Amino acid sequence: MADDRRGDEAGKHPPARELLSAADVTRTIARIAHQIIEKTAGSPEAGVVLIGIPTRGTPLARRLAAAVAEFGGTAPAVGSVDPTLYRDDLRRRPARPLEDTVVPEGGFDDKLVVLVDDVLMSGRTVRAALDALSDHGRPRAVQLAVLVDRGHRELPIRADYVGKNVPTSRDEQIRVLLTETDDRDAVLLRRSAPSPAGESPAGESPAGASSTGPGEDA
Amino acid sequence: MKHLLSVTDLDAAAATGLLDTSDRLKQALLGREVRKLPTLRGRTVITLFYEDSTRTRVSFEVAGKWMSADTVNVSAKGSSVSKGESLRDTGLTLSAMGADCVIVRHPASGAAHRLAAWSDQDRDATGTHTSVVNAGDGTHEHPTQALLDAATLRDRLGSVAGRRIGIVGDVLHSRVARSNVFLLATLGAEVVLVAPPTLLPVGVEQWPCRVGPELDAELPTLDAVMMLRVQAERMHGSFFPSAREYAVGYGLSQERAALLPEHAVVLHPGPMMRGMEIAPAVADSPGAAILAQVRNGVHVRMAVLYHLLAGAPE
Repeated sequence: MADDRRGDEAGKHPPARELLSAADVTRTIARIAHQIIEKTAGSPEAGVVLIGIPTRGTPLARRLAAAVAEFGGTAPAVGSVDPTLYRDDLRRRPARPLEDTVVPEGGFDDKLVVLVDDVLMSGRTVRAALDALSDHGRPRAVQLAVLVDRGHRELPIRADYVGKNVPTSRDEQIRVLLTETDDRDAVLLRRSAPSPAGESPAGESPAGASSTGPGEDA
Repeated sequence: MKHLLSVTDLDAAAATGLLDTSDRLKQALLGREVRKLPTLRGRTVITLFYEDSTRTRVSFEVAGKWMSADTVNVSAKGSSVSKGESLRDTGLTLSAMGADCVIVRHPASGAAHRLAAWSDQDRDATGTHTSVVNAGDGTHEHPTQALLDAATLRDRLGSVAGRRIGIVGDVLHSRVARSNVFLLATLGAEVVLVAPPTLLPVGVEQWPCRVGPELDAELPTLDAVMMLRVQAERMHGSFFPSAREYAVGYGLSQERAALLPEHAVVLHPGPMMRGMEIAPAVADSPGAAILAQVRNGVHVRMAVLYHLLAGAPE
C-alpha cells in the first residue's frame, strides 16, 4: 500500500525500528545473488535477465546483477517493467505517474526472467508486472526476488528468493531505503500513525506526485 | 484533471507531467508485437467532430484503442446534428449513453468550454462523469496539438526551456499557434511570431511572445520553426494579395531553410499545403519532424486519456 512507503515527515510518525542496516542490505543482496547463481545454474549463458519493478526494484536488480557477475562470472542483462498500466486499483486513486520500462537488448523471449522488487505484500504489483512482462515477450520461466517479504498476501504468489521474512501487522509500515533513491541503505519498520483521509502520494495534477514514492503495494 | 480545454489550465509541472507520461507510454509500447494496454478497459471515449479532420480524430481513436477503451466516432455530417440538434443536446445524449470522455472539435471558439460546463451541471444533477477534451475550437485553442509539438521539440532538442521557437504564417486563424504560444511560454521557451500584419490577431502584444517583422532576419537564431497552414476555409476576405505573394514573403523555401542553424527543427501541424507555406523539399528533409509530430500525437493523446480517465474521478 502507498502508506508503506510514505516519506519521513518529522513528528507525524512514531520512531522507526531498523530491521536491516546498510551492511545487512549489502549482505542480503550478496546472499540472494548466490542463490540466483545456484538456482539458475542449468540456464544457458546469458539466459538470465533481472527485471526490476520501479521504483526501488530497479536499483536492486542492478545491484543483484553486479553481485551475480562478481560471484558467478557472467553478468545477467538488467531492465525494468513498470506495472502501473496493468494495476487493478487504478480507479481507486488519482492517476499516478508512470515509471521507466526498459526492455534489455534481446528481449525476454525464452529467457529466465527474475523479477526484483523491494517489498512483497499483497502480490498485486507482482501480478500486474507478470501481465506487463507477458505483453513484451514469452519468458521461459519467471522467478521472483524480494528484499523483504512482509506477508498479507491477497493472491497466490510466492517469492523464489527472499532477503528477509518479516511478520508484520497491517498497520505497520515497511520502508526500504536505497542510496540510489534515498540518502542511505536501510530497511525500517514502524507502526503507522492513522493517516488523514484522502492523503495520497499522488496529487491532483499529472505531475503532482513525487517520482520516488509511488504507492506500490508490492 | 477533469477536462482538457485550454493549455492555460496547465502549469509547467502539469504540462511536464503529461509529456513524461507520453514518453513512458511510448517506451512501454516500444518494439512490442501487441500494442495494447489494458489500462482503460471498460471506458468509453467518443469523438464528436463538427469539422473535418484526419490526424486528430484518428490519433485520438488509436490512442483510446491502444489503451483498450471503447472508441466511437460521431461526425456532424451523418448524425442528428445535420437535423439541427444543438451542441448541448448532442453532448448530453452522449453522456447519457455512458461516454466517459467526449473529444470535441467545433468551428466556434469556446465550444469545448460550453460543453464542459454543461457536462459539469449534468454531473451535479445525475452523477455522470464525462470529461471533455478540446480537439480544436474555432480559432481559439488546440491543446493536444501544442502538447505533441512540445513532445517533439523535447525529443529533438532535448528540452523546450530556453529554446527560441518561431511560429510563422496565419496566426490570426490558428488555434495551433495560440495553444503553442502559451504552452511553450509556460515551458520556458522564447516564442517569436512572424506573420503578415493582416494575419496577426488583435491583442497579440499581450501574448507571452515577440512579433518579428521579417522571417529571414529571425531564421538564423531559431532552434525550431513551426509553419502554419493558411486557413482558406476561415478567410472571408482578402488578407494577402495572392498565394504566390504569400509564399514569397512567408513560405519556407529551400533557400530560406538554409538560413536555419544546423540543429533546427521544422514543424508543421498538418495538413500541409506544399509549395504554399512550405516547400516540398523542406517538408521531406531530415530537419523536418512532421511525421514525428504525428507519431507523438498518439502517445500524447494516450497520456491525456490516461490522466483524465485512468484514476479515480475527482
